[in-house]
Amino acid sequence: MSDLNKLTIAEARDALRKGETTSVALTEACLAAIDGADALGAFAHKTPELALERAKAADARVAAGDAPDMCGIPVGIKDLFCTEGVPSQAASKILEGFLPQYESTVSGQLKDAGAVMLGKLNMDEFAMGSSNETSVYGNAVNPWKAGNGDDLLTPGGSSGGSASAVAADLCLAATGTDTGGSIRQPAAFTGTVGLKPTYGRCSRWGIVAFASSLDQAGPMTKTVRDAAIMGRAMMGHDPKDSTSADLAVPDFEAMLTGDIRGKVIGIPKEYRMDGMPEEIEKLWHQGAEMLKDAGAEIRDISLPHTKYALPTYYVIAPAEASSNLARYDGVRFGHRAKLAQGDGITEMYEKTRAEGFGPEVKRRVMVGTYVLSAGFYDAYYNRARKVRALIKKDFDDVFAAGVDSILTPATPSAAFELGKEVSDPVEMYLNDVFTVTVNLAGLPGVAVPTGLDRQGLPLGLQLIGRPWEEGDLLNTAYALENAAQFVAKPAKWW
Amino acid sequence: MLDLTYETPKPKTIAGAKQDWELVIGMEVHAQVSSNAKLFSGASTRFGAEPNSNVAFVDAGMPGMLPVINEYCVAQAVRTGLGLKAEIHLTSAFDRKNYFYPDLPQGYQISQLYHPIVGEGEVLVEMGDGTARLVRIERIHLEQDAGKSIHDMDPAMSFVDLNRTGVALMEIVSRPDIRGPEEAAAYVTKLRQILRYLGTCDGNMQNGNLRADVNVSICTPGAYEKYRETGDFSHLGTRCEIKNMNSMRFIQAAIEYEARRQIKIVEGGGEVTQETRLYDPDKNETRSMRSKEEAHDYRYFPDPDLLPLEIEQAWVDDIAASLPELPDQKKARFIADFGLSDYDASVLTADTADAAYFEAVAGAAGDGKLAANWVINELFGRLKKDDLDITASPVSPAQLAGIIRLIKSDAISGKIAKDLFEIVFTEGGDPEQIVEERGMKQVTDTGAIEAAVDEIIAANPAQVAKAKENPKLAGWFVGQVMKATGGKANPKAVNELVAKKLAE
Repeated sequence: MSDLNKLTIAEARDALRKGETTSVALTEACLAAIDGADALGAFAHKTPELALERAKAADARVAAGDAPDMCGIPVGIKDLFCTEGVPSQAASKILEGFLPQYESTVSGQLKDAGAVMLGKLNMDEFAMGSSNETSVYGNAVNPWKAGNGDDLLTPGGSSGGSASAVAADLCLAATGTDTGGSIRQPAAFTGTVGLKPTYGRCSRWGIVAFASSLDQAGPMTKTVRDAAIMGRAMMGHDPKDSTSADLAVPDFEAMLTGDIRGKVIGIPKEYRMDGMPEEIEKLWHQGAEMLKDAGAEIRDISLPHTKYALPTYYVIAPAEASSNLARYDGVRFGHRAKLAQGDGITEMYEKTRAEGFGPEVKRRVMVGTYVLSAGFYDAYYNRARKVRALIKKDFDDVFAAGVDSILTPATPSAAFELGKEVSDPVEMYLNDVFTVTVNLAGLPGVAVPTGLDRQGLPLGLQLIGRPWEEGDLLNTAYALENAAQFVAKPAKWW
Repeated sequence: MLDLTYETPKPKTIAGAKQDWELVIGMEVHAQVSSNAKLFSGASTRFGAEPNSNVAFVDAGMPGMLPVINEYCVAQAVRTGLGLKAEIHLTSAFDRKNYFYPDLPQGYQISQLYHPIVGEGEVLVEMGDGTARLVRIERIHLEQDAGKSIHDMDPAMSFVDLNRTGVALMEIVSRPDIRGPEEAAAYVTKLRQILRYLGTCDGNMQNGNLRADVNVSICTPGAYEKYRETGDFSHLGTRCEIKNMNSMRFIQAAIEYEARRQIKIVEGGGEVTQETRLYDPDKNETRSMRSKEEAHDYRYFPDPDLLPLEIEQAWVDDIAASLPELPDQKKARFIADFGLSDYDASVLTADTADAAYFEAVAGAAGDGKLAANWVINELFGRLKKDDLDITASPVSPAQLAGIIRLIKSDAISGKIAKDLFEIVFTEGGDPEQIVEERGMKQVTDTGAIEAAVDEIIAANPAQVAKAKENPKLAGWFVGQVMKATGGKANPKAVNELVAKKLAE
């Protein structure tokens, strides 16, 4: 077989089981692709030796007939996941040199299932960003280019390295994390599938925390089927995470029938925003038509508090982040600033954090500290919590009225040029406008590549599901994927 | 149960240069929960371990680590709440208290600001003079302890020991119902006693397992009563908080000093500033640590890593059913069942081990009062002399009861009993057997005593003549007879016979 790195998880799994290929061969193909793709900046830390070692072990398991779906599948792991003995620094200088003595539950489940980690993937620093430009490693690059242009585009963020790596076939799939859209937006920018599960589906244990009440890990894959396979392997109850749900994880792949007859798909009017590109609007309409043709009922719905979602998110997420990031103080691990004679503990904190955190992280820590401070707590943080409850209720009401899934655009634009938005944080934050509601409400959401814009860049639609019903959501996404027949691939230039 | 009734004690007044002042004191007691594991990790809580050996990844604030509540610590907090007759909140929640310090690895302490697990309760504080203060408890919440920073091991470096980081504490917050330094110490003593009865805190103040923050203010006589009527704190003076006290003696001295300091300020026309102060036992003074303006902004908010803590009433009921007899109940029962004085009952119920020892002696000896006398006066004194704990007593309750039974049956005198006690204490053995073997039995045969009396009288005619004139000198004859009988003669019989013979 040739171009093994271009296989999907499902294809590779079937080939492995039939003895048509080996995990070592798959892994070598990916490692070769990675070595030739430094221009994409997708991998921050490569682990070829470890990968081949695990691939051999996986081949032994396949041969023994003891092979879960993910066994032998080469994947990339976002740098936010702590991986035992392998650098895990959340793309931040402050975690320079940190080698965890533990493996995150999610990456550990993949490892136990026999998946082969190729290395750690680039991302925005502490997952704060929408373009992968806040990374200490430098930005990752989107393998897609616009028309005949030569401009480098963002792969999106924060899981930019994951999206870039999957889209460029450097790995078969990758893990991502999504706090406000960090899986779905980069998936949409790169023509890949990104699933953010229901909050509580994937354990957060061992994943560097950004905003604890919003963070959720999920798969970034080439197809919906792969999202079903890998998602199932990542999910499950973990007693080490108090917010992890003690619920069985069904076989999502078995639920992919493509039959969505009778399903009710909601189209929320509040997601029709001023200044939204016509192409996005058109794609959205086409997506609805596709689902309708597949037998679903399309229903106009209202999610009245949508317009408050972005400000609410940018109060709650920084508030939690400001506290979660307090532990990076130079005392026990990671970067510690060189101190001058006479410097005390306060100077050590100040210098270490000033040197160790990038500007976007500092901005959010300061915003978070401000909204939690005495005198402002009620006006900001407490109010945001109340609005969050209303946003969740919007969704509860719609689902109670019989809606099965909600269809929205995934992003307000196609991938943009690197460097274009990084100077304007507010413009950058607008990238999350369609995705943050899902995190605030704790719902599952999936981005599905649905078409190309006139410059030939991928565009995605987002489907939002009922809590814990990823199986049903993925089946609707599968129907959309079948109808859209998105097969385009970026032309290799790197 | 017999309810004990007490008068309310008078508040302590301190005479200023211009007028009398009263004290108003509220306390926050931090009690380390007796538990083998920490509040949110499986790490050990053993005291005295090698530095940084009892530390789980989550205690060290490692990236991505998450807290998981220790159910046993929750049960201990509920048990404590029930022991203080407090309301148990079936839903409570954890908040983060954010501040930077090297011994606080996460950069925040997990505590319960907004929704504590235990609500209002009470503690009856006896003052030993027939008065007692009912101190209202406002709340008890669970929180993590911090680690230990060590600044004196190296001239340029500080060291951090995280063994204590994350150990469960109960913060027991009282209302400002304590009215003097002695009451404050008595309150902590009583609280400690209840916690030890419940088994929820070992109360070891030296190891820092029980520490108190003391809020002190002064007010003019009558103002406190107005506060109690209205609930309006403006009737009270501005308070200062003295942090981290771990000795009863220091608590009293610090309050005394602080009250006088505040009186001086107010009488001098100044105003007390609300602030946190530290007590320096070497200089016996309190010093400002930080003012209200400099106070940390802790940016409390609900900990998103932990769901609200939900417990079930049935679980609380099970804990309630398993509560031991508490000090107030035990004391009332000792008074009712054994006829003890209030004082003796207090002494014997101070500690469960003492109380259990006494009950065993009283039961086997069939005499509560005598048992109380012997336990308090002889046993406690002797144990103290050898610096022994009651649990290490060389004299078992059965042995002590044996001695008491010998006294009650007139087999030995009280004086011989003390000798016997010393023998049993140092050598061991069955008291009855020792008395037999060593001929310590009291002579109650009046014939033998009469012979001895006759002999002494016959041999000392001059003394007899004097004694006939002054009957007080009869004591000399009694002494001589006791001496002649090796102290074994029944003193009552000797007294009677000497008096009778001298009168002849």
